[in-house]
Amino acid sequence: MKQLSIGIVGAAASVLAATVSFAQQPPVKIGLILPYSGQFADTATQMDNAIKLYVKQHGDSAGGRKIEIIRKDSGGIAPDVAKRLAQELVVRDKVDVLTGLVLTPNALAIADVSAEAKKFTVIMNAATSIITTKSPYMARVSVTTPMLNESLGSWAAKAGGTKRVFSMVSDFGPGIDAEEGFMRAYKEAGGQIVGSVRFPVANPDFAAFVQRAKDSNPDGIFAWVPGGVQPAAIGKALNERGIDPKKMKVMGQDALASDEALASQGDLALGIITVANYDHNLANKLNRAFVAAYSADYKRNPDFFSIGGWDGMHLIYEVLKKTGGKTDGEAMIGAAKGMKWDSPRGPMSIDPETRDVIEDVYIRRVEKVAGKLVNVEFDTIRSVKDPVKARMK
Amino acid sequence: MLGSMAGILFDGFAYGMLLFLLSVGLSVTLGMMNFINLSHASFGMLGGYVTVTLMQQLGWPFLATLPAAFVISALVGMVMERFMFRRMYRATDLDQTLLTIGVVFMSIAGAAYIWGTVQQPVVMPDYLSGSFLVGGVNIARYRLFLIVVALVITLLMIGGLEWTRFGAQIRAAVDNQRMARGLGLDVDRTFSLTFSLGSGLAGLGGALAIAMVGLDPGFAFAYLIYVLIVVSVGGLASIWGSFVAASLLGICDMAGKYYVPQLGSFLIYLMMVGILMWRPVGLFGKR
Repeated sequence: MKQLSIGIVGAAASVLAATVSFAQQPPVKIGLILPYSGQFADTATQMDNAIKLYVKQHGDSAGGRKIEIIRKDSGGIAPDVAKRLAQELVVRDKVDVLTGLVLTPNALAIADVSAEAKKFTVIMNAATSIITTKSPYMARVSVTTPMLNESLGSWAAKAGGTKRVFSMVSDFGPGIDAEEGFMRAYKEAGGQIVGSVRFPVANPDFAAFVQRAKDSNPDGIFAWVPGGVQPAAIGKALNERGIDPKKMKVMGQDALASDEALASQGDLALGIITVANYDHNLANKLNRAFVAAYSADYKRNPDFFSIGGWDGMHLIYEVLKKTGGKTDGEAMIGAAKGMKWDSPRGPMSIDPETRDVIEDVYIRRVEKVAGKLVNVEFDTIRSVKDPVKARMK
Repeated sequence: MLGSMAGILFDGFAYGMLLFLLSVGLSVTLGMMNFINLSHASFGMLGGYVTVTLMQQLGWPFLATLPAAFVISALVGMVMERFMFRRMYRATDLDQTLLTIGVVFMSIAGAAYIWGTVQQPVVMPDYLSGSFLVGGVNIARYRLFLIVVALVITLLMIGGLEWTRFGAQIRAAVDNQRMARGLGLDVDRTFSLTFSLGSGLAGLGGALAIAMVGLDPGFAFAYLIYVLIVVSVGGLASIWGSFVAASLLGICDMAGKYYVPQLGSFLIYLMMVGILMWRPVGLFGKR
């Protein structure tokens, strides 16, 4: 009897101790830096929606610790602001993880903070190759621009069957990366670039550039513009010049055929070919469930920003589970290396050497399915790694 | 070669007319009333959202939404003039700038709150999309439509200001307020109507522009710089000046981008600097 009661007391005490230690564990603080205002505000909306959805579905604790998200607005391309916000998050708010980061300049700016404060950092979108080399505590769950555009370049020359391509890109970092990636792979695969042009980032009218493209008589056009209002504008300019994507191959990266661009262009967009690491139209079970839950809550479809937010949260949660709630930078990045999971976008993993993402890349075409314009993937390139880092070795 | 040059001229002129339609309202409020109205492009954005909402939610045809964009922007302009801008007519340029730039920020946040940060779909009817060939020159239907609308508005504005009673009242009230009051003109009412005319024109310009440039809450800032360039190069208080400046800038910008794309968007600023150094009051400016 006595033994039994001691046993009960002991059990009660250990339960109590466990609750106490759980209660005493401070929450894991996540500093989320996104451009909530300004030109890129919509990217933050889409990404944050997915983050909220992830927390809603998976609860607000992981690895035995509560999760607390602190949101900061970097307001567009502003590396100085992003760096200041990251410093404040680390020093004042004592965050354990830095994440978000839609834009490359902002991601590069906070790399120092990540490296010096030894904070686990998850890049949810920014897609320039070198970012993850700037801090040993960084991992990326989105994609890199060369992964997409080099895949597209070799596809265009081989399976795509084009011989002469004209390239037109926005004249800033990501656009130039895309141009270089596409051209390199296209030429390596035996294609010829018949002309190229870089237009200003803020460019209301594409007529002159499209005319130049047409005059060089290509059999394919590669166009890269940032998301937002420009994909539809360039689509309409192509149509005005009588360039029909059903006859001439018009190729680009995901944003060129975003839902909004398709809605503005209507049937003119039929036939546009894009390369992407995610689309809400992907036909796997996880994605169907994700898209259904997302559109129920937010009345729109998720896009590649959303999937970045979703998988970024997934990585943070899984890392915390693996470390048992330990949050020092070494432990967290160690747990992240080599982690594999099934995402709505397909199978993906974190490369243990580069801490960058490895995933499938899809080639899609705009088609009409059941009266709606959607991107239908017709070719998949499996387990693509960032080609730039592969060459760095 | 000649064909492509004619094509550049046509496209450039149409682009100029787009700039003109966006800025003609500003040559009324800033140019004639001398009010530093940086919120001009916000009214353009409002017109754009009116058009998109009527088309998407209520299924109106595009052409029918254009008068609505004008009227609603004009009414909002009138209300804001009555309660806010009227108090600032005598304020310094800096105060006017600060007030109207504040309105721009609020309009961006307001648009993001109501319509979301997403860009709006702008689907044109078939008869306004695509193009046809005339003597080897590619004529885009929507560009032709923009040119026609811009010419009609130019004629209406110049004729209306010159030959109607209301036009004469506006000119009187703007040129010499005290004298106009002394002659028994209701200057407050005239100013209120003039401001709402400018806002309405901004709304119409916005509604016409979105088919080419798209629409999201960033619109209020993205096109502010272009409309300011057009009005300052054309000269304040001159509708004709805005028209000439917009055509010139449009054609040069288009030609520059076609023949020397490396210059990019730099050319339009270079022209502005050059013209303003030669004529600080603008091409047709008087003061």
